[in-house]
Amino acid sequence: MDVSGFAITILILGLGLVAWLSARARALRLAHAGQSPETSPSSGDRKARRAFLHSLPSYHGWYAAIWALVPSLLFLAVWTSIMPGLVTNRVLEAPAAASLPPDAFTRGAILSEARSIAQGKARSAFDPRSGALVEPYRDAQSFFSTGGGVIALILAFAGAAYAFTRIRPDFRARTRVERLVMMALLIASLIAIITTVGIVASLLWESIRFFSHVNPIDFLFGTKWSPQSAALGYGNENAFGAVPLFWGTIFIGAIIAMAVAIPLGLMSAIYLTQYARPAARAWLKPILEVLAGVPTVVYGYFAALTIAPAMRDLAVAIGISNASSESALAAGLVMGVMIIPFVSSMADDSINSVPQSMRDGSLAMGATPSETIRQVLIPAALPGVVGGVLLAVSRAIGETMIVVMAAGLAANLTLNPFASVTTVTTQIVQLLTGDQEFDSAKTLAAFALGLVLFIVTLLLNIVALQVVKRYREAYE
Amino acid sequence: MTSPVPADSFAKRTPTDWKGQAMQKRIARRYASEKRFRLLGLASIVLSAGFLAFLLISMLGNGISGFTRTEVGVKFTFPIAPMVIDPAMLKGPQAEQVLASANLPAVTAQAADQTLGKGGEAMISSNAWLTVRDAIRKDPSILQQTVMLYLPASADIDLAAKGHGSPSAEAAYARLKEKGQARRAFNSTFLTASDATDATQVGIWGAFKGSLLTMLVTLALSFPVGVLAALYLEEYAPRNRWTDMIEVSINNLAAVPSIIFGLLGLAVFLNLMNLPRSAPLVGGMTMALMTMPVIVIAGRNAIKAVPPSIRDAALGIGASPVQVVFHHVLPLALPGIMTGTIIGAARALGETAPLLMIGMRAFIATPPGGVTDPATVLPVQIFLWSDEISKSFVEKTSAAIIVLLLFLLGMNSIAIYLRNKFEKRW
Repeated sequence: MDVSGFAITILILGLGLVAWLSARARALRLAHAGQSPETSPSSGDRKARRAFLHSLPSYHGWYAAIWALVPSLLFLAVWTSIMPGLVTNRVLEAPAAASLPPDAFTRGAILSEARSIAQGKARSAFDPRSGALVEPYRDAQSFFSTGGGVIALILAFAGAAYAFTRIRPDFRARTRVERLVMMALLIASLIAIITTVGIVASLLWESIRFFSHVNPIDFLFGTKWSPQSAALGYGNENAFGAVPLFWGTIFIGAIIAMAVAIPLGLMSAIYLTQYARPAARAWLKPILEVLAGVPTVVYGYFAALTIAPAMRDLAVAIGISNASSESALAAGLVMGVMIIPFVSSMADDSINSVPQSMRDGSLAMGATPSETIRQVLIPAALPGVVGGVLLAVSRAIGETMIVVMAAGLAANLTLNPFASVTTVTTQIVQLLTGDQEFDSAKTLAAFALGLVLFIVTLLLNIVALQVVKRYREAYE
Repeated sequence: MTSPVPADSFAKRTPTDWKGQAMQKRIARRYASEKRFRLLGLASIVLSAGFLAFLLISMLGNGISGFTRTEVGVKFTFPIAPMVIDPAMLKGPQAEQVLASANLPAVTAQAADQTLGKGGEAMISSNAWLTVRDAIRKDPSILQQTVMLYLPASADIDLAAKGHGSPSAEAAYARLKEKGQARRAFNSTFLTASDATDATQVGIWGAFKGSLLTMLVTLALSFPVGVLAALYLEEYAPRNRWTDMIEVSINNLAAVPSIIFGLLGLAVFLNLMNLPRSAPLVGGMTMALMTMPVIVIAGRNAIKAVPPSIRDAALGIGASPVQVVFHHVLPLALPGIMTGTIIGAARALGETAPLLMIGMRAFIATPPGGVTDPATVLPVQIFLWSDEISKSFVEKTSAAIIVLLLFLLGMNSIAIYLRNKFEKRW
């Protein structure tokens, strides 16, 4: 199908081009014909000629091209997706398939081997039974791909011919073409909704399957997380308590990272907006933005390679003997640095949107700039800053690579920043990159964790946006 | 304005003695606190920038040596016993077959043992014979001579040359150095090869190609959809509940953690639609869903910036609403949209987590030939190498990071250039 499908697509596209050209030419001819010799000067004022057509000739061209292309390409797409099933059915009806074992698994293996030989991906048959099926496969394949191609071409011809016959001077080609364009625009903007629905549906679907194995209460409030033992069959009941993961996520993302990002981000924003000269600001702001542009995998590698050993040495130096080399502190610190530009730009926006008159008033009363900032600007900008911090938290808890590379896998409930904790995102990656089959409780647990993560980040975002919005309204 | 304070209360108050000691002290204290606050702000920005500098310098320091390799000089006195090769045949059409059957690995090992002494074979990379083959292919006449060929050193020797090796390897390297048989050279393998188990043979080309293919799919899907959606929402959408829902979902999608998109890709593209695992096609589709909201938001801002007078003028001379948008608004907004798209693409290019979910973390030793072949991408390759225990992977990981950062820097520079060049103030 690959080569012939490509050729047929090219052929249909060519047909579309021909339809465009010929329909446009016909529309132009009609325009000429509609012009009586007396009224039209022979010099050929093109605008006067076109006055008889409702639409420009190129719209007639587009109308024909759309009729030639859209139905046939749609058919081709549908055909390509259902063809493997049709081919397999036909092969199974062949006499050579009668001897296949009834067991679905071996049957599938033999069929797929025959398919890859028929398509030229494999050389020779490992199983003699699949060798016998190669010929039926090839036949069925060529039958259906030729059939599909012929039908698609007929559709293209028929569409073009239909559009061609409709060309009249008063035919409203532009209106029709524009209606289709509007439909394409609407469909494009609906994709966002479809994606959201897809995310919610897939997370919910797999989570419901997970909760048929594991009680949701045990999942949300249990304190023991050991999916490995569940996978080995030591009982499912208590292995999926996610509280240690939630705690680890909050500890790293909302406590340690924010302890770094909020002071540094806020003070940077204050310095940039209130103190820095425009020239310095022009240099410093992009530098902060570069911090946001560094890929998270780079931060993760940096945390694991440089920061984590330093943190362990620090812990040993201050007398904590059981410090982990995958400490919460290392991951949290680096994540905090990653979040700095985020907090800073949100704070920047909200400080800048405090009316200048408030600042001027405070300065005129004799307050120093820092007193103005601390007692007037920050209180006034606080809702915006809080909204920004909430957005930053939602970003931090959804962050994956830093914690996968620098935080541990041990699900501990601890307050010690030098100990190893694990997070929701780390566990999602762990659960889904193993080798077990997809339907095990272990892989489904990843979707349940994903659902929790999605809901929490969504709520944080909604609340943050509401706070910011209300604050903006207060000053506008 | 009526004041509740009686007018004569001002007269009774003693005026503040600004020159007095208490006030002077107070002012000094306030100025000191002002200075402290200002320094605190400066310190926090310097700290942030310093962290960035520290990160970049440490990556450079670790990674720059990944672009070089140690080569060991091995003397080949042709003809060598186990080699069966006829120089005349190398001119013919069967040259490749002749070279393939010439038993070059054994020849190379023997020459290494002879030149470097006992254990010489362990000092050169196990793929060193490829260099010998290339040398013979390039100039068959060396088969009648004695030549000195510089072959890539083994991972141990390479580490020792870069100062991280084991004591025995350090000693071996010191001996080589003394005899002048070792040199540093540019590691072209790193830019042309794919993943391998031996750190001396790894390269980023395979992952880079995977990144390019993934990005191609991402842009091919998200750019048209994003632009059309932005046009619809900004120019045509009626104010109703549907439009609000579309806007809310686009804004939320832009804030959904990337790993959730990976879960969506796994559940829908792989398990429901049975698309091939680990393929740039699926990676690109997943990334397209992630990039689309970014393009829509940037696109709407760019479209909003086109002044309404342009639309009015076009409508006034008889253009239809579709013609107004596609002939006038879109061309004017395109530079802004492009800038947003490049920034979105750069973000997608550095993204790792969703691709782990859809299986692009496999060991792939050959560059992908198309969008349905198994592939990996640059950030995932960095992640995979960072997991390697062997110490010689540290410099390769950092070197790959340097390449990734340079590439992202290039993309962002193009975006900034576009913005500055085409930015119009109406």
